[in-house]
Amino acid sequence: MITAGMDLGAQTVKAVILKDNVVLSRARCFSGFDPAQAANQALDDALKMANLKLPDIHYSVATGSNMELAPQAHSTVSMLNADAKAGTHLFPKARTVIDVGAEEARAVKIDDKGAMLDFVVNERCAAGAGTFIEAMARALEVNLEEMGQLSLKAERASSINASCVIFGESDVVSLIHQQESKAEIARAIFDALAERVASMIHVLGVNLDIVLVGGLAKDVGFVTSLSRKLSVKLLVPDYPDFAGALGAALIASSRARSLQK
Amino acid sequence: MIGMRPPIGEKIDFWRWSEYHRVQPGMNWTSKDIITAGVDVGSVSSKASIMITGQAYSWSITRTGSNSPDSARKALDLALDETGLRVSDLKYIVGTGYGRVNVPMANKAVTEIACHARGANYIWGPSVRTVLDVGGQDIKAIRIDETGRVKSFLMNDKCAAGTGRGMEVFADLLKIPIEEIGETSLKVAEEPPPVSCTCVAFAKTEAIGLLRKGWSKEKVLAAYTRAMAMRMANLVHSLGLEKELVITGGQSKNIGIVTRIETALGVKCLPMPNWKDNGLDPMVAGAFGASLFAKSLYEKTQKNNGG
Repeated sequence: MITAGMDLGAQTVKAVILKDNVVLSRARCFSGFDPAQAANQALDDALKMANLKLPDIHYSVATGSNMELAPQAHSTVSMLNADAKAGTHLFPKARTVIDVGAEEARAVKIDDKGAMLDFVVNERCAAGAGTFIEAMARALEVNLEEMGQLSLKAERASSINASCVIFGESDVVSLIHQQESKAEIARAIFDALAERVASMIHVLGVNLDIVLVGGLAKDVGFVTSLSRKLSVKLLVPDYPDFAGALGAALIASSRARSLQK
Repeated sequence: MIGMRPPIGEKIDFWRWSEYHRVQPGMNWTSKDIITAGVDVGSVSSKASIMITGQAYSWSITRTGSNSPDSARKALDLALDETGLRVSDLKYIVGTGYGRVNVPMANKAVTEIACHARGANYIWGPSVRTVLDVGGQDIKAIRIDETGRVKSFLMNDKCAAGTGRGMEVFADLLKIPIEEIGETSLKVAEEPPPVSCTCVAFAKTEAIGLLRKGWSKEKVLAAYTRAMAMRMANLVHSLGLEKELVITGGQSKNIGIVTRIETALGVKCLPMPNWKDNGLDPMVAGAFGASLFAKSLYEKTQKNNGG
């Protein structure tokens, strides 16, 4: 059975195609001004890679902040449920799944059957999401992709205001004026975001099986800072940014099965 | 100079507000006068005021650069322009604002809360009890007594949401000159619901989402302005509103904000001075207050020296 999951995020749209819960292909597009078109594009690309056509899909589910705009989706699912589903699928022992994306951060606590027990969401403030790193990288004049490696070279951490992107920028500019090394500022930036995300997890209670997904899970600087803050080795899957789409596709499978019954 | 559009075809920075300076006509100074200055280095704009024996003589508003001492110098030089005064003629200088410890020529630094309180008292007189200062990156609500002394205050310094910076982002995004943003936000037949999130970093996503829904620029702006005004009104509520209310800082010039705060709080603000025509500019309130503190501090040193 072929199913599809689409994650229409603030910055990118991700599509995943599954055959009997095994990943056939993944594709991604920038959301731009028209997330619906981006979703079509991502789904098309993923279908091509899997040598399939749209009618081959038995069922598709959309998630993400623009999920209601997905033109080809049969239904939608909340990001929290998609994250919980993907987290337990990838790591059956997972009890907490953290998803840090461009504009939102979420943490879900799950029981041993994968059912959601509790959650925390930050969707109102850019200081708790990927936008923070983007804005700070701009202020530091460092490519976003290089920030992570750069931060690992720091011997100690400076401190910056983590409560607001706008104030964080001023702090970064002051540190540059004080001739602090870029590596140390980069580490301060990741530490600041990690602090915010860690405080979300503390609300749920820290445990040993924490899965980190979302675009930020690809950044070694952020993963290192967050592991240090939580004193836990985080479980990071391959393709962590596709976790939402994977979760949606897995939910598509179970919805398709229950329709067949 | 004010509200002028740049020539068509040039790259337009819609967020850019007018930098200007003013010398009050009909006033003169002699070296015997107590000439003092206040320099307010804010996060977005720097202001300087020069007073002759406690009366506003000239002032300036410029954009704050990345370096506070340079911004302070620039503002003060501009305020001195066309007055015949030099820095050495100033008997005492007080620095204030977020960059107050970085005003190199200042004899002393005073907090912006105290300066805004005193400045509001100077502009509007003794009936002012609540001052709402909406600056480039923070919002303050201040309760004052009839002499302009601070009784209590609340400040939002954890988050830049609902400050002037957000308005600049919107001006650029919607391609509306910043000085027309207030009027434009009022051009809606019906007030839309406020946006759910006023985070400056998300302003762009928020606006694009609403434009995609087919909302007009005016409606998008009205929704954002309303959300900002509600944040400000809530701060005043938390502090406790006592009449008369005045608004200082850059957003005092945004009629869209002022009108909506008045609606939310159910009171009218004291009328805005006609700052475009020799009236005192409420955006300069902090610098006015600083130059008044400078006068008091100068008189104190004279007394100490004399006795």
